[in-house]
Amino acid sequence: MIAERFRLDTVSRAFGAVDVLETVSLSIRPGEFLAVVGPSGCGKTTLLNLLSGFDRPTTGTIARNGALRMIHQQDGLFPWLTAAQNINMGLRHVQDPEQRALQRNDMLKLIGLEDFAEHYPHQLSGGMRQRVELARALAGESDILLMDEPFSALDYITRLRMRRELARLLHERPRTVVLVTHDIEEAAQLADRVVVLSSRPGRVLSELTLTSPRPRDATHPEVVGTMHTVLVELGLESRVPNGATS
Amino acid sequence: MGAPAQDASAARSGYARYFLPLLVMLGATLLWEALSRAGMFPASAFPSPTDVWRGFVEKARHGSLLDDIVASLFRVTSGFGLAAVLGIPIGLWLGLRVRVRLALLPVVNFFRSLSPLAWIPFAILWFGIGDVPSIFLIFMTAFFPLVLATSVAVSNVPSVYFRVAQNYDFKGVEFLTQVTLPAIVPQVITALRVTAGLSWVVVVAAEMIAGRDGLGFLIWDARNQLRPDLVVVGMVTIGCIGVVIDRLLVQLTRFPSVRWGYDR
Repeated sequence: MIAERFRLDTVSRAFGAVDVLETVSLSIRPGEFLAVVGPSGCGKTTLLNLLSGFDRPTTGTIARNGALRMIHQQDGLFPWLTAAQNINMGLRHVQDPEQRALQRNDMLKLIGLEDFAEHYPHQLSGGMRQRVELARALAGESDILLMDEPFSALDYITRLRMRRELARLLHERPRTVVLVTHDIEEAAQLADRVVVLSSRPGRVLSELTLTSPRPRDATHPEVVGTMHTVLVELGLESRVPNGATS
Repeated sequence: MGAPAQDASAARSGYARYFLPLLVMLGATLLWEALSRAGMFPASAFPSPTDVWRGFVEKARHGSLLDDIVASLFRVTSGFGLAAVLGIPIGLWLGLRVRVRLALLPVVNFFRSLSPLAWIPFAILWFGIGDVPSIFLIFMTAFFPLVLATSVAVSNVPSVYFRVAQNYDFKGVEFLTQVTLPAIVPQVITALRVTAGLSWVVVVAAEMIAGRDGLGFLIWDARNQLRPDLVVVGMVTIGCIGVVIDRLLVQLTRFPSVRWGYDR
């Protein structure tokens, strides 16, 4: 058993004279769901690029254990492939075509889109497309799921549905997840641990741990409490709730 | 709200799609016939639709019209085919290699801006009269725009596709055939349509000067024989075939795996 999926040791990343991330140290356990939140421009995307290996830190070290798949904000599916063919990408290492078809159909069933296997992405709704992208990333063998504001292009109701869907899929196919989002509610509903980054240069302001089982309702007291703490950290709410009558 | 919906349903109905254009063409022909009967212009410079029809039957009956069509089509297919077979891979190379692009793009842009008709003197000097100079000119017409369009298409592929490809271990040939190529196909099809249209325009000019047959030669020959009716026969034939070529290439955009490139 691996002790850590990721270990970031005093990682900094600067672009020219601009410090984007400053001495970030983090360790992510196998099976953990970690959410990273922060104001825009706080280096969330930079952190994600570092985690995915797309970019290297200026100073500090990053160690990763396990195979990684990435979920993009939108349009990560190949538009020239059908939903089924896109999911097949996640099963490229499966040699036996029959096995691959079986596993692909399992994934289609899991996301409830069996009837849309032969549809192209542009024929699907935004929520359906993100479900296919989730299925593609969860198909086959991988250990880590990196998510870059995966639901930010969706409307609010669809976003709420997709959070439940993600929790359900992860129950079926457990993975270590790093979710980068500006949606504090999303982070509080889904994550085991929420890391709050400061505005640029991004530093870890605080780490909050959540214990109640997923999926949590948006109005669950632990979710509401966590959101309040995060908003206080970001200077958007005061310690004493505003509007409370005494 | 009402107007676009109405437009959409009108576009679907056969009435609007086939009957309305036919009506316009019929009306234009009747107007043309009326103008020539009114004798406002001398018949030697303004042939009537009836004259043209007679000329058409004459040309079609003794077989030379079909020969000219075949000759022109052969030249366009050869020159355009050659330009596509060479131009698309070279465009890919330019799109994928920054240094190659920086080195060659100015040259490609120079030749693309140069009217292919400027090559006519050299086409005749080098290749004489016949098929080859026309094929050469059509190649020069289609090659440079295709190189340019393909390389631009490659550099415009959203970077997210390349990152996804890397994430799912597409490498080398697979990367080229399963990611880069399908990502640019819609734009390449559009470029093929444009350059095929250009080629068909250029073949007429090429044959007028460097040909002994073909539809361009037909027009030039008819002019020398003072047969304006046959000039119009040539014009109508060229226009109709041009439309058919474009309609055929439009069929390429109907494949479901390229539709995404046109719907948004």
